[in-house]
Amino acid sequence: MTSLRWRLFFILVSATGAIWLGATGWIYVRTKADIEHVLDARLQEAARMVNSLVTSSDVAQLNGAIPVPVGHPELMNYQRHLACQIWSLDGRLIAHSSGAPGANLADHASGFSERIVEGETWRVYAIQDADKGLRVLVGDRLGMRERLISDLIKGLIAPALLMIPLLGLLIWISIGRGLRPLSNMANELQSRRADDMRPVDASDAPLEVKPLADALNNLFANVETARRHEREITAFAAHELRTPLAGLKTQAQVAIAATDSAVKEGALRQILVAVDRTTRLVRQLLALAKLDAGLDLDHAEDIRVSPVLDEIIETLKATSGDRRVELDPALRSVSIRANRELLTLALRNLHENATLHTPSGGAVRWGVDCDGTILFVEDEGPGIPQDELPLVTRRFFRGRHKSASGSGLGLAIVDLAIRRSGSTLRLRNRGDSQGLRAEITIQTPDAFFMVCHSAFQ
Amino acid sequence: MRVLIVEDDPVLADGLAVGLGLAGSTVDAVGNCADARAALEVAKFDAVVLDVMLPDGSGFDLLKDLRATGDRTPLLLLTALDDVKDRIEGLDRGADDYLGKPFDLDELAARVRAVARRGEGRATPCLNCGGIVLDPAHLTVAVNGEPVALSRREFAVLSALMERPGAIRSKAEIEDRLYGWQEEVESNAIEVHIHNLRAKMGREAIETVRGLGYRMKLGA
Repeated sequence: MTSLRWRLFFILVSATGAIWLGATGWIYVRTKADIEHVLDARLQEAARMVNSLVTSSDVAQLNGAIPVPVGHPELMNYQRHLACQIWSLDGRLIAHSSGAPGANLADHASGFSERIVEGETWRVYAIQDADKGLRVLVGDRLGMRERLISDLIKGLIAPALLMIPLLGLLIWISIGRGLRPLSNMANELQSRRADDMRPVDASDAPLEVKPLADALNNLFANVETARRHEREITAFAAHELRTPLAGLKTQAQVAIAATDSAVKEGALRQILVAVDRTTRLVRQLLALAKLDAGLDLDHAEDIRVSPVLDEIIETLKATSGDRRVELDPALRSVSIRANRELLTLALRNLHENATLHTPSGGAVRWGVDCDGTILFVEDEGPGIPQDELPLVTRRFFRGRHKSASGSGLGLAIVDLAIRRSGSTLRLRNRGDSQGLRAEITIQTPDAFFMVCHSAFQ
Repeated sequence: MRVLIVEDDPVLADGLAVGLGLAGSTVDAVGNCADARAALEVAKFDAVVLDVMLPDGSGFDLLKDLRATGDRTPLLLLTALDDVKDRIEGLDRGADDYLGKPFDLDELAARVRAVARRGEGRATPCLNCGGIVLDPAHLTVAVNGEPVALSRREFAVLSALMERPGAIRSKAEIEDRLYGWQEEVESNAIEVHIHNLRAKMGREAIETVRGLGYRMKLGA
């Protein structure tokens, strides 16, 4: 059963019914025992009374039926409930009550017994009085007793049968009221637009519903962040791709329209530049989207840094022109515990950034600090204005000194990738000369051996 | 026609400069708001092509400031922000036209010609003066229905004179229209161009006003 309301309803109604039924059964058993006890006592009482009323001389005189009034006249149903017979010890019926059967009610001497007389079961109490020479039998019909008990039970059950549907209705309504916060929440959520991520109002929710509302609100917040990132990336892509596309189109039109071969060639070269930059922009957008999605990036391993750097430098050789790349030999013994893809992404973007900002003929330098806890790269570019340093890792931020080819994504990607790996990125302007220094704190489980003989120190 | 391009993307700025140059304009390109302000202060442009997202501020603000100081230079906004809302904001801040990226170079050139024409107070696309018809869109000139072949510079000199027939244009004014900042101005270039124009269209087409400059002869 999936409806909580129905489930609760059935549990409550059947529990109530079972308790009621149990109580009725118990009352039946108890009442029956009590009534039998009382009626038996009455039989005994009546027998003794009759016995005390009859003297031995009466026995001799009487020889016929003496009607003995029994029972209350108002209780018509129970009229002639009791029957009385007085027998002489020699077997003559001396007297009997009006409702008593003609046949002998009992043949035992004294005490209780049950006997079927004229098709009815009788319970009979007998007193044998040897002095008076008579035997008094007082009995009642068992059927009568059963009726008495069943009438009593019927009196109990009749209101119950009326009340159980009423109780059911009350239970149904109460459960409905109890579940109202849930259904209110459900209604609110159901009527929402798909992009409505406002938190659910849990201020008047009961204690049991609050965790659910809180969990939902948490989920909403997370989904909203993810969606915001997605929207930002889409909007940024839509916007940022238009300018290079416009450049490409314009240059292509120039190349077609120009009659001068130098102009044509110039336009074609510009197209190549624009294609390279657009490719990088698209790659960065995809990387950012992948980082946001956070898929398959949890696996961490110990990665040796220098082969990764070698590969990145080799890949980017074509675009670095005559800028030198210097690698500290100490890097060979450095390894970082990280996800390979994240680390490659971060290092590649750092290297690209450093190369882009380093003027022609300058050098990009990768190194590691003496204690081996910081991996760094230094460029010879203009650096970043001090007030913009905390802002450059924000996605889409473009500072005053942005390079022509900067997308505003590179450092945001690096920061995100490095944070994902559990490390931190620190940027500062170089103290020794112009340029930017980017530092990654190295997370490594094993203390590794570092020889402090950096070529640059 | 002298056009200022304010665009921070170097590839696009270069394409615009070369492309509008091919369409007969003299083009200067700057990459940020500060340079654009400086350029507009020192030279007179027939049209400005302005990007909105610039590294040192918004093109919208530059436009607003420009109009606030009474600058009437025809201006075309060129931007990747081309929602209707942005277009309306740009036009309401004083832009004369709006083009979203990416665009067609020929369309841009035509729109620049159109806003420049309106800036001069003209509605007709061709300049007409005493039997000489100059078509800025096709870079052609006809004298009494006969086409005349002119060089790019000669064409620029003639259009500078024909924009306001009867008004005197100084040599410096014409030079300003002819050369961007990057270009070296030869000392007697204008005289040479005027001489060539007279040779192609007849001596009496252009008058020399001694000490002041040149003007188109009316009713010739």
